[in-house]
Amino acid sequence: MSEFAAKKQSDLGKEMSKSGRSVGSRLGTGLLYLILSILAVFQIYPLFWLFLFSLKTNQEVFSASPFSFPQDPQWGNYAKAWTQGHINLYFWNSVWYTVAAVVLTILFASFVTFAITRMYWKLNRLVLGLFMIGLMIPLHSTLIPLFSFFKNIGLIDNPLSIILSYTAFNLPLTIMILLGFYQTIPREIEEAAVIDGCSVHRIFFRIALPLTTPVIATTAIINMIYNWNEFVFVNTFINSDRWKTLTVGVNSFVGQYLTDWGAIGATLMISIIPILIAFIILSNRIVEGMAAGSVKG
Amino acid sequence: MKTVMSNKWTIALYVWPALLLIGCLIYIPLIMTGYYGMLEWNGFGPREFIGLENYSRLMQDSMFWKSAYHSFLLGLFSTASLLLYLAVSLILASKIKGAELFRKIYLIPMLLSSVAIAQLWSKIFDPSNGMINRLLISLGVENPPLWLSDPNIVLFAIFIPIIWQYAGFYIIIYAAALKNVPEEVVEAARIDGATPLQIALRVKLPLISSVFKVTIVLALVGSLKYFDLIYVMTGGGPNRASEVMASYMYGEAFTKYNFGYGSAIGFALLVICLIVTWLIRKLTTSKDDYQY
Repeated sequence: MSEFAAKKQSDLGKEMSKSGRSVGSRLGTGLLYLILSILAVFQIYPLFWLFLFSLKTNQEVFSASPFSFPQDPQWGNYAKAWTQGHINLYFWNSVWYTVAAVVLTILFASFVTFAITRMYWKLNRLVLGLFMIGLMIPLHSTLIPLFSFFKNIGLIDNPLSIILSYTAFNLPLTIMILLGFYQTIPREIEEAAVIDGCSVHRIFFRIALPLTTPVIATTAIINMIYNWNEFVFVNTFINSDRWKTLTVGVNSFVGQYLTDWGAIGATLMISIIPILIAFIILSNRIVEGMAAGSVKG
Repeated sequence: MKTVMSNKWTIALYVWPALLLIGCLIYIPLIMTGYYGMLEWNGFGPREFIGLENYSRLMQDSMFWKSAYHSFLLGLFSTASLLLYLAVSLILASKIKGAELFRKIYLIPMLLSSVAIAQLWSKIFDPSNGMINRLLISLGVENPPLWLSDPNIVLFAIFIPIIWQYAGFYIIIYAAALKNVPEEVVEAARIDGATPLQIALRVKLPLISSVFKVTIVLALVGSLKYFDLIYVMTGGGPNRASEVMASYMYGEAFTKYNFGYGSAIGFALLVICLIVTWLIRKLTTSKDDYQY
């Protein structure tokens, strides 16, 4: 960090001596940085404030300044949040629903994209169109029939309803992102493989999948974020605590503990931390995926 | 080559699982929503076919139009705020040091669940202990607003976390578009004596106008579908002052068990979304635009 700052300063110095810009333009640049920094504070500070009150007692929240640091950090709030109110159970439910849905989505989407871009058949444009139209559908318009469909086949309050819904609703976006990448793979590769007597399945699993790992990673991350944060499906299809995810569980937990600010703060922090860690490690890929997946509103 | 790569069984095997999923979970439900809208049904008991009664009731339902109005108001705010994001993106694209870091910081709230955002901002808006009112009181404001409990300002209050959530997302989209502006064009303008402001507004802005149009669709249609944040923060209240189309549908179906009427609202939501998408594209597309 200090290295970065030093580099920045030396760059700045170089530029100033080089160009000898007027005071006015330097003031203007300063103003731009000020605007950008205020916006950065606006984006970050609420989360920092959440972290502060997650470590406070109620008394401190109600009496001390909201901008003060906790005098005696209540790490116990986190222990309380984790063990009470099933948060640990919800956490692991979220993890495995997310992973299962991401694996299914990417496998099915890769199958479809491979068939559409590499294989020869008549209806491929039509099938692609069906998936792309899916991008425009508001999921709330499907919610009531989905609920009664899952009820009829006995999948209400069953994790399968969640995993299948996540997969179906993420397929269009995933296929759209994969499509652009598949179109750049030269056909010579699989022509050579066919001449060598390779079967289609071998081409798919041994050539196409490994070649597309970078874009698979990007779509996987975007899918994970969407699934981890999803609310409506779980809130509608799942009744019992046993199968709730963190997003829905946190919501009902916070609803119960209306007045215990510390516990609420700690619970929210627990639900946010995995995403923040993923962001610190994978920010470039996340930025890339967000830009690629921008069609999803 | 062709015989291997056009094997019908393989194609079917690869395409059917995904097709079956979107067919059963997206397309059939869409059609069923329209049909359920013609039923008198509580979701469990007998279904009674009542034709277009629900739909004609919907046309005269002032609550539905109020919720639609709220949805469009949020859409309008969201569209207007695109100008702010665009301005920030243009600043970031003008050789700002650390632009990449700024963009990443702005994106952080977009990664959080709407539920976490809603819970956090309910606390920030808390009339007595929240961050905002504590600050206002310490600055000497006597009667700070009640924010989410005041029907007159609740929609504006809700819009603040919406900006907070989506700012980074749109800035990333604009950044990707601005990256595609050819360096030679900018350089040529600079040699001709254009100021940085002129370069931003006269050179870069026109070149990313097609992306700007796409984001208008995203912002407007995205707002029409808004649900999670409002459902968790206010539940559509106080006194239904923040009810939007999706929350109205959800309440009718899953709180009051009016599955028939709820479906009619859901179908109306679908139709409105499709019409708005089509309309904006029609109004903003010229034939030289890049098609998404």
